Amino acid sequence: MSLAVNCRNLKKRYGDVVAVDGLSFSVSRGECFGLLGPNGAGKTTTIEILEGLLTPDDGEVDVLGLRWKTHEHELRQRLGIQLQETQFTDKLTVEETLRLFRSFYDRGPTVSDLLARVELEAKRRSWVVKLSGGQKQRLSIACALAGAPDLLFLDEPTTGLDPQSRRQLWSIMGRFRENGGTVLLTTHYMDEAQTLCDRVAIVNRGRVIAMDTPQALIASFGTPTRVVHEGTLEDVFMSLTGRQLRED
Amino acid sequence: MKTEATGRLASTEPRASSGTYHPLVELTLARLREFLREPEAIFWTFFFPIVMSVMMAIAFPAGAARPVRVAVERSSAAIEPSSATGARDTLKASLTAERHIVVRDIPPGDELRALRNGEVDLIVVASHPPTYRFDPTRDESRLARLVVDEALKRATGRPDPWQANDETIAIPGSRYVDWLLPGIIALGVMNNGLWSIAFVTVQARLKKLLKRLAASPMRKRDFLMAPIVARLVFLAPEVGIPLAFGALVLGTPIRGGLASLGIVAVLGALAFGSLGLLIASRVRTFEAINGLMNLATVPMWVLSGVFFSATNFPGWAQPVIQALPLTALVDAMRGVVLEGATLVDLRGELATLATWAVVPFAIALRIFRWR
Repeated sequence: MSLAVNCRNLKKRYGDVVAVDGLSFSVSRGECFGLLGPNGAGKTTTIEILEGLLTPDDGEVDVLGLRWKTHEHELRQRLGIQLQETQFTDKLTVEETLRLFRSFYDRGPTVSDLLARVELEAKRRSWVVKLSGGQKQRLSIACALAGAPDLLFLDEPTTGLDPQSRRQLWSIMGRFRENGGTVLLTTHYMDEAQTLCDRVAIVNRGRVIAMDTPQALIASFGTPTRVVHEGTLEDVFMSLTGRQLRED
Repeated sequence: MKTEATGRLASTEPRASSGTYHPLVELTLARLREFLREPEAIFWTFFFPIVMSVMMAIAFPAGAARPVRVAVERSSAAIEPSSATGARDTLKASLTAERHIVVRDIPPGDELRALRNGEVDLIVVASHPPTYRFDPTRDESRLARLVVDEALKRATGRPDPWQANDETIAIPGSRYVDWLLPGIIALGVMNNGLWSIAFVTVQARLKKLLKRLAASPMRKRDFLMAPIVARLVFLAPEVGIPLAFGALVLGTPIRGGLASLGIVAVLGALAFGSLGLLIASRVRTFEAINGLMNLATVPMWVLSGVFFSATNFPGWAQPVIQALPLTALVDAMRGVVLEGATLVDLRGELATLATWAVVPFAIALRIFRWR
């Protein structure tokens, strides 16, 4: 089995709102795959279905060749998950938070090893409430890495971070991939997708409207009629999803 | 697939060597650390019972019988005001001389208000013969009437047909304060149990921490049990402090075994921990949890016999009242402390508490909202 994620024809609606409308894609082992799209496109709903936190109304999901219905515990042991907006307990230290998450997994690196991987050794004894945004996000990644996952889900991991913190997260993800890990991430940042992802899917109104390597997407789109500079992935994204602002 | 995974996870180790404990232990430790780093929480858990006990000691001083308190009013029937004042002063003097009577100086015209407020138990009007003004539904007023009447008759020279032999003996544990103390302790177990668990649960839900935990392989049962286990750590001081205060300062006897008391307290804490979880199982706001908590606790404050006996309520209400967890805990605590009841004597109460410990937990586990 060479696919880390395989989802076919996913559908999810909330009342009258169709969040995900027949979405299909697959991610190979060792790949870094990006889900791109404006707010409300259905990225988070999709990733939460793949994480087994939401049940789709229709469609099929295989993760690491397993189904959520039958192998939930094994999947939870083998996935690393970072969610948007998780706030860890204010008055626990970084180390205590990691110890807690590490205890949930049958296997994985030691707490010291995790601290080293996300460069938080100096903050080992700091309360979570005292951390900067970037440090909190690295703690969140460390918790996701606590079970030595085969597949890492990252939902907007760098939103709201300064460029330095973003680059630091990129290098943490890079090291995870060097060791053979698979990454599925969502992002608003086109440069991030272009730098990190082997392939991306652009999602709009719950559907995949384009899917390929960043280079291929740029090449297919970068006709230099209106664009004088070399085309970027951002140009592709804006043309496909439109320039108007979306309310979340 | 397996070998591939193991190969690239060469640096990983099984849990035994990772230096962490069982998830339930780690979750409990996290909860304890969080609690100990929250000064207000410590205040409410440890100092509130002390404050409560001190107030009780002041309100019910040990060993003293309460005197009856009266107001003396000038008679308006007398023709001359000066003679009315004289009659009042004579009466006042003869009452003041009595050991069990306290005459309060109430400004003229204010006596009825003082009676209504409970400042005095009885108004004595200095008419001839004297008039007693009181509400007969108040026990202390009826008692005051008897004491005052006897004193006045004796002062006017009534011969006593006999002098009865009073044998006064002190029966430890028969005062109201002794009866109240176990109830107050039970109330503390209820409040701390419900609030501490419900509050952190709702907070973790608001912070999306519950959702993150649900995304990990953590067993849901471990997470729900951890705050209840953590509660047990604080139970000893929470119950022990007011109990020791009662025994040493108020002179309340502790007749039952400490082991029985411990088991009753633990079952009580489990019951309220489990109820707290159920109450917080789906709530998403602090306003809603406040409302639900009051809905659950206020009826028990009144019905469960903490401040006055639950037997005051009619028979048809008793099955419901006896099934309440606070009623069971209050009765069991009183049984152990005041009557030296054994666990066998208390099997009914213990069964009720055990049911409350198991059933709400099982429901909470099913309906708990993780997002």
